[in-house]
Amino acid sequence: MSTKIKINSQIFQDSNNVYYPKDEVEVSDLIRELYKQDSPTEIIGNNSKSFIGNKTQSANTTSLSKISGIIDYRPEELYIKVKACTPINEIEKVLSENSQELAFEPIDFGYIKDGKSNKGTIAGYLSCNYAGSRRFKVGSVRDHVLGFKGVNGKGDIIKSGGTVVKNVTGYDLSKLIAGSFGTLVALTEITLKVLPKKDSSKTVIIYPNNFEQIDDLFNKLSSSSSEISGAVFIPEQSHDKEFSAKRNNVFKFNDLKSKVSFVAFRVEGDKISIEEKINNLKKELELNNSDISTLDVYQSEPFWEKINNLEVFEKTEHNLIRMVIPPANGSKLCKYLENNHNYFIDWCGSLFWIEVNSKKEEKIKDLKKMANDFGGYLTVIKTSSEYDYGEPIFTVDKVRLMISEKVKQSFDPKRILNPGKMYRGV
Amino acid sequence: MSELALPKIDNSILNRKSEIIKNLSKLTDKENVLSEADELRPYETDALSVYTQTPLAVVLPENTDEVSEILKYCYSENIKVVPRGAGTGLSGGALPLQDAILLGLGKFNKILEIDYKNKCVVTQPGVTNLGITHAVQHKGFYYAPDPSSQLACSIGGNVAENSGGVHSLKYGTTTNNILGVQMVMMDGTICRFGGKSFDQEGYDLMGLICGSEGLLGVVTEVTVKILKTPDVVRAALIGFPSIKEGGDAASEVISSGIVPAGMEIMDKALIEATDNFSKAGYPRDAELLLIVELDGTESEVNELIRKVEAICKKNNCSSLKLSNSEQERLSFWAGRKAAFPACGAMAPDYYCMDGSIPRGKLAEALLEIKKLSEKYELPVANCFHAGDGNLHPLIMFDGNDKEQLRKTEEFGSEILKTCVRLGGVITGEHGVGIEKRELMCEMFNDNDIQQQLSIKKSLDEKNLLNPGKVYPILRKCAEEGRVHVHKNKDKFPDLPRF
Repeated sequence: MSTKIKINSQIFQDSNNVYYPKDEVEVSDLIRELYKQDSPTEIIGNNSKSFIGNKTQSANTTSLSKISGIIDYRPEELYIKVKACTPINEIEKVLSENSQELAFEPIDFGYIKDGKSNKGTIAGYLSCNYAGSRRFKVGSVRDHVLGFKGVNGKGDIIKSGGTVVKNVTGYDLSKLIAGSFGTLVALTEITLKVLPKKDSSKTVIIYPNNFEQIDDLFNKLSSSSSEISGAVFIPEQSHDKEFSAKRNNVFKFNDLKSKVSFVAFRVEGDKISIEEKINNLKKELELNNSDISTLDVYQSEPFWEKINNLEVFEKTEHNLIRMVIPPANGSKLCKYLENNHNYFIDWCGSLFWIEVNSKKEEKIKDLKKMANDFGGYLTVIKTSSEYDYGEPIFTVDKVRLMISEKVKQSFDPKRILNPGKMYRGV
Repeated sequence: MSELALPKIDNSILNRKSEIIKNLSKLTDKENVLSEADELRPYETDALSVYTQTPLAVVLPENTDEVSEILKYCYSENIKVVPRGAGTGLSGGALPLQDAILLGLGKFNKILEIDYKNKCVVTQPGVTNLGITHAVQHKGFYYAPDPSSQLACSIGGNVAENSGGVHSLKYGTTTNNILGVQMVMMDGTICRFGGKSFDQEGYDLMGLICGSEGLLGVVTEVTVKILKTPDVVRAALIGFPSIKEGGDAASEVISSGIVPAGMEIMDKALIEATDNFSKAGYPRDAELLLIVELDGTESEVNELIRKVEAICKKNNCSSLKLSNSEQERLSFWAGRKAAFPACGAMAPDYYCMDGSIPRGKLAEALLEIKKLSEKYELPVANCFHAGDGNLHPLIMFDGNDKEQLRKTEEFGSEILKTCVRLGGVITGEHGVGIEKRELMCEMFNDNDIQQQLSIKKSLDEKNLLNPGKVYPILRKCAEEGRVHVHKNKDKFPDLPRF
């Protein structure tokens, strides 16, 4: 009898030997047994983002995809409690029926993976902690998690947080779980803060002349009390004809000039306040004599969907990088990237999505050094077929790695859960 | 007050006091090491002043390297360390231990950098919360979390407690408003989590440190996010003839899609107490008073005010007043901010509780508290951060009457258990400290607590940093103290507490 079969005959296994526990007790039983046998497992949800991170070298695969469904949704309390692998689409649908939403605007990584929409599950999303365009205003995924339940590497069911927003009882483990790539806990239940959906939105497009102007626009936009909820820079990439054609095809809108670089910012709210804010911003940004265009709600909504689907990098076969830096260093980075790598900027100047112009990884080293020098970090989100993981795909310094190892040890002493997914030894 | 269990005293440390002081004096200016009885007295307690303890010594380092050297020394010599910010904490998190040095961060009082381009301020931890706003307000910026003690509490303490404030529903608590911290671990390792960019990659160690009550490291630098001050801020003062109608109105404001900047509720007992005390002009006939604050652009705020007005009228409000000037808005808040001293004026002592409940359970919670008040024959007044579900019942009693004191403790404990039963938690913003330690098992089972202790052990293997706080020492849910204020002699009587 193989070790796999001995684990628990009640837990369903498919023909590829993937375990499908159907509730937290089965997850706990499974991990407790794997702990006894010193046998690590990869943890997956719906596989929408499993390409992000290092390849886990483990004898087993555990899919949490059967642990799905909404447990408790209280619109008036602004929270939703779900089983961990509830698809994001399902959550967004039920929230939308009550004019609410996940304010952190989940990114759809399906487009870069294989060209098909797949937002995956909330557990997968929390494990990556990659928020969409609204992040600089509303916070990241970690800022919207109120509590969770899950199973640690010893098979113990643990919980932290609750359903209320004000809670300082014990360590805030919800933050620690966010972005931990399934290396600390196999999640079984997540409670999220939800927020009212804004009535409407409009997007203003500006066509800047140089990087200094872009920098200035981002700075003024983030300094305004007329709050914006999205600001991107989409450069024209004339050096790469194929990409340029793709870019122009993705951003084909009636009121958007094609084949030129542009900054777009989004204003949300009720219709009257949108107009008021746009008028204020036009004054603050000194745009009254500039060439600008405005996307109404019918263009604005699909525009931000395309941004958050990373559609310009659909099915990319190059190394795709997510770099976050303090926004004041943006123009320096732009100058380096221009006519070199394909990229766009989100989060009002903080987040750079960069498609590296070589399938080899040597250029990543340069970019990582730059990210570090600027006080930021980068992650290789999608690797090319030629990537051999000589250059780590995450950015971490020695001290943080040492602490991360200790934290990992406290949750998962035998490194049963997703070993090596983030760093060697974690 | 009930006997407080503290970690076992290490007599070998007490016996080596003079040697330890001598060695500490080599690691920082000798003026920064306090060991005389009169020098130690101010550090005997924090704002949970019912518990006092003289520390072995107080050390006031001046920079991160000194903190690192001091901790390294204590680590090698097995000396316990209790970190302390401004000492305004309400849960006894900075209560000294007899065999521990108290590490005061009071000399870390400088703002290091104001970076408007990256919308952040880099500051030392001893700078006050309000000090940050004061440093940037001339350019129209502010730091959002606003605990009631913001005039005196330090930003380092805010990080340790993950402090909130009345605006936390819309703007979040400390954890949502900081970008980075520099911290020294118990073995002296200096580390940096985050910086000026968003969302540190990898484990969110900054998120773990925030709210860890000084058990995992000593914060020596904080980078906070600053926000642009809203164009318009207006408040509405609304009276209701019943708890239910007011509670329903507050719930409906939220479910209608409005996110108020602040939303506060006071019950009849507190309306009368504060109005007597501060002459705020509150509607004394109301059973419940709701204050709603809205911010944004002018048309946005006017639209929201219109919606709030309609909801309150639908729920039979008995009075409704809108602020038409900044002065009027502040006057609406004046009574609310005087809530604690007002209770202090009504009875020799009061206990302030701090539980969180789901907003919709407010009426149920208040009725339960009323029943308990009758059972224990002790008056209680309630204020409630209705926006985020944080409830502060104030139990009034006479501390000289031992029986009343015992009953008060039991009453308080029952209130927090009620919060948990209603789906809430035992502390919304004051922290666990020593105060609610033994109630942790109301919320967490053994697995949960063991996991948290395991993290503590991984980062402080000898359990030297702030031991005896947050996690139960006793293996039972004993009733311990709450915020106890005697004859209105709060440790910080001038600070508004809300």
